Amino acid sequence: MTLFYILLVFMVIAAIIAVETKDLLSAVICVGAIGFGGSLMFLFLRAPDIAMTQIVVEVLGLIILIRATISRDLTFITGDREFVGTVASVVILFLIFMAGMRIFDALPEFGVPVFARVPETASQAYIARGLEDTGATNIVTSIYLDYRAYDTLGEATVLFTAVIGATVILRSQSRKRLEDPEL
Amino acid sequence: MSGMTVIVKTVSSWVKVLIFLFGIYIILFGHLTPGGGFAGGVILASSYVLLMLAFGRRFVEENLPSSIASKLDCLGAFLFALLAILGLVLGGTFFANFLYQRYLPGEPFELVSGGTIPLANIAIGLKVGASLFLVIFALASFRYDGPTSEQKPAAQGTGQKE
Repeated sequence: MTLFYILLVFMVIAAIIAVETKDLLSAVICVGAIGFGGSLMFLFLRAPDIAMTQIVVEVLGLIILIRATISRDLTFITGDREFVGTVASVVILFLIFMAGMRIFDALPEFGVPVFARVPETASQAYIARGLEDTGATNIVTSIYLDYRAYDTLGEATVLFTAVIGATVILRSQSRKRLEDPEL
Repeated sequence: MSGMTVIVKTVSSWVKVLIFLFGIYIILFGHLTPGGGFAGGVILASSYVLLMLAFGRRFVEENLPSSIASKLDCLGAFLFALLAILGLVLGGTFFANFLYQRYLPGEPFELVSGGTIPLANIAIGLKVGASLFLVIFALASFRYDGPTSEQKPAAQGTGQKE
């Protein structure tokens, strides 16, 4: 448990630095540190699938962000905050904090999810019958490609739409120029 | 844009093969060990990102043109949908694991096991790898295109003030 608190403090400090620092590159690196801490946390919670996906996506996103930050000239943020905006964000954060304290009492104990208490729930059935139902020894794969394949289909559709949007918006030549090379 | 130094180019030309192989391993053994289509696909895309950073954008564009990458993307999505519809036709329900239930049960802990799950992993890996490559390629090749010389410094000036 001490390890989790150390990681949590590390991630919180990295998040504060990422918000507060003026240098954009340092902020990006701090965001990477948060993701690395999250990946380590997943690994210690015995979820290697999520840890692997987290670290890989984090590294890729960090590379893209650093590349986008370095190639621009504007790497230092200048300017002060507005007074009204600061007050509003502090009030909203305080409200969220109070609501979170109320919710904290209703949360189950750390490491003991609600679904593990009742034996007839879907997650317990997946764990008990996953191998004989699907034949896959990795139970995560047997869930997301067999029991809940609709979810994966939706995720694939989301990715497909994202790619279409990225390639349409960020194409290097405008439509007029593609159709009419003389312009 | 022509890439980094000779040291980076040499090292990355050795390492890229290992990264690509590791991605294929993660995809193919996704139903036995941690990993799967998504993580493996991201690793496949990251090997091309390494090439793009080390050798420059043109080199990657010649190796894997974006037209072929978009075809691979569509192929992955099509294979995944095809598996779902084959489950409807042969197994009775959408996304039914018809291979495991009827034709090819396989032994647990073997590579050929789990029915349609390894095939779906391959489709997802192809799709995720190609589409992330396309996104990064679009981000890398994005340039300001239009009336450049007059308007761009003015736009940057207002951006700094805000």
